[in-house]
Amino acid sequence: MIIVENLTKKYVGKAVLSIEHLEIPKGQSFGLVGNNGAGKTTFFSLLLDLIQPTTGHIINNGVQVNQSEAWKTNTSSFIDETFLIGYLTPEEYFYFIGELRNQNKADVDALLLNFEDFFHGEILNQKKYLRDLSKGNQKKAGIVASFIGNPEVVILDEPFANLDPTTQIRLKDIIKDLASKQGVTVLVSSHDLIHVTEVCERIVVLNKGEIVKDIETSEATLKELEMFFSGKEVPQDDIPVS
Amino acid sequence: MFKSFSKLQWKSFFRSSSMGKSLGVKIVMGFLALYLMGMLAFFGSALFFILERAIPDTDPLIVVSQFLLYWILAELFLRYFMQKLPVMDVKPFLVLPIKKSSIAHYILGRSAISFYNFLALFFFVPFGVVLLIKGYALLNVLFWLLAMIGIVLSINYINFIVNKSDKALVGIGVLLLAFYGLDYFQVLPIKQYGGNIFYALYENPFYAILPLVVAGVSYYINYSFIRNRIFLDASLKKKTAEATSSDLSWIKRFGAIAPFLQLDLKLIWRNKRTKTQVFMSLAFGFYGLIFYTMEDFGMGSGMLVFVGIFMTGIFLMNFGQFIPAWDSSYYSMMMSQNIPLRKYLEAKAALIYVSIGVMFLLSVPYVYFGWEALAINFSCALYNLGVNVPVILFFGSKNKKRIDLNKSALGNMQGTSATQFIVGIPLFGIPLLIYGVIAFFVSFEVALITLCVLGIIGFAFRNRLLDQITSAYRKKKYGMIAGFKEQNG
Repeated sequence: MIIVENLTKKYVGKAVLSIEHLEIPKGQSFGLVGNNGAGKTTFFSLLLDLIQPTTGHIINNGVQVNQSEAWKTNTSSFIDETFLIGYLTPEEYFYFIGELRNQNKADVDALLLNFEDFFHGEILNQKKYLRDLSKGNQKKAGIVASFIGNPEVVILDEPFANLDPTTQIRLKDIIKDLASKQGVTVLVSSHDLIHVTEVCERIVVLNKGEIVKDIETSEATLKELEMFFSGKEVPQDDIPVS
Repeated sequence: MFKSFSKLQWKSFFRSSSMGKSLGVKIVMGFLALYLMGMLAFFGSALFFILERAIPDTDPLIVVSQFLLYWILAELFLRYFMQKLPVMDVKPFLVLPIKKSSIAHYILGRSAISFYNFLALFFFVPFGVVLLIKGYALLNVLFWLLAMIGIVLSINYINFIVNKSDKALVGIGVLLLAFYGLDYFQVLPIKQYGGNIFYALYENPFYAILPLVVAGVSYYINYSFIRNRIFLDASLKKKTAEATSSDLSWIKRFGAIAPFLQLDLKLIWRNKRTKTQVFMSLAFGFYGLIFYTMEDFGMGSGMLVFVGIFMTGIFLMNFGQFIPAWDSSYYSMMMSQNIPLRKYLEAKAALIYVSIGVMFLLSVPYVYFGWEALAINFSCALYNLGVNVPVILFFGSKNKKRIDLNKSALGNMQGTSATQFIVGIPLFGIPLLIYGVIAFFVSFEVALITLCVLGIIGFAFRNRLLDQITSAYRKKKYGMIAGFKEQNG
């Protein structure tokens, strides 16, 4: 359960994010969409306590993220390639993350076994450092690393970008599976409306830092989002917040 | 074509990120460069007189000639680390209507005017001027200088040929040592041979053509090599070394800090800049020789304490001053992980402790200069261990400059800010001051014991100090994350 209260982030007086209230229940697959500069990454960074909120706070699993670090044990994330340690091989990186999350080598190996399909034989045993992998393969490694250690909350920023079609499809299955079968709260942001509508039970649209839509995904959702982003629909002020 | 290339070169120099450094760094860098050039020029002009005084019966030019061979080998050895052919820069030109041959000439041509080449000239030109003043034949001196330019250019281009394999480096190193050994044990008078050859460059101006020919030939070899390899999958490809998964499981016995220690060791070994620093640190074990062999510095001199702090703490300074910027490229990941910051810092401290121990052991042979040398180095090592380690870790919390590990090593000022210069004051200044005052008013022995005691006290309280430092890092967390994200900080 993630609760956001009165959260704002301002840079030199200009508000880049302002969320009055948002609740994400446990086990929900939650999609965040919005144009560039809408505040998606800012929101995720606040959630991970990488930047400080101007006002308000986020409570993750009963812990206020900028006051205690206890949320770190059950939350994991992959924001971008800077989350990787370039001079390690993928295996070494997985084991390192595993050690930080109290998983021994065997645990990590067992987990990696589930992702053999996803890796498509291009990650493990390649005798390559992460810095020498292609962007897409780096992303694969980073995403899988965020699944290590049975996290209760997984945060993925733009996970579909740079991935090849096969991997995109596999990733969608993985995310759906995490949320529905394992009760993991998955937060995903994306520019690709089709992907999020397929994966997420709930979609929140950010525009200039504010929530302008909060939709329970249904057949009509994709249409609605396309309408919104094509500018044919003027955002209304009285949106029901679920 | 050449004009537009040189225009680009001009822009790339003045718009490079290093030019955009903060004013303080620029000024200090400028001073350092001026100092270096000034010292070379001074040495170049003074050398003649020094040699005249030191070895009265021989022509100074002969003495210089005798050492030229060593200079060439040493410079080749050093340049291996410092200078690489910047082939990657030409990528944008590939799809433009420019002939590949002009691209190749451009890369090679611009390396001729590199800083390293000019350094040698700063030495040789003043030396040549002194030769003229001393009445050496004008024509011969001019051609001798020309020959020197030829040699410098040859070194420049041979380096690029040699640079392709590590074996060549070892070869040069072995050759250098072998020549010196043969000379030293008087098996073969290599110096004499070399001297004769290089003195001939002065005696017979026509020989000056030889170095120029060598330069030309090595240029051509480079040219034909590059010309045929201007493809994305050939020379323009970034070399990807095959990853070697090293099993560092023996580190496990260090307990909670083990994962970070493993990470640090891999960091050091798999990145060029850090790897070079290890070798440089080891090389600085010889630093003391300069001072111990000079008569001006008696055993009581504070200079030797400076040397002691420096030798045993060189890795502490080189590596420590950029903590935690070494991890800057993935710092936000570290901060979003369940990382015990304290353990992270402990691992860094442990690594530095080991380095101090190793450097101290390397400095043990200085006992040859008297037991005082050993005592000085020992107390300096203790002081570094107890006091300077916490000091440098604390200053690390002020680091906000990103370091790109993939960038080259030597002369890389990335991540440098005013902090790096200020940190030198407590690191060197305080122990020198303590030593100086006590040695002056009480005695040499008491001064050294004081340094030892301070070190032991610091080491005994290291846990409390680390707690303080950890909270300093916590407080600065957001600033560090933001700072490390800036690409051209």
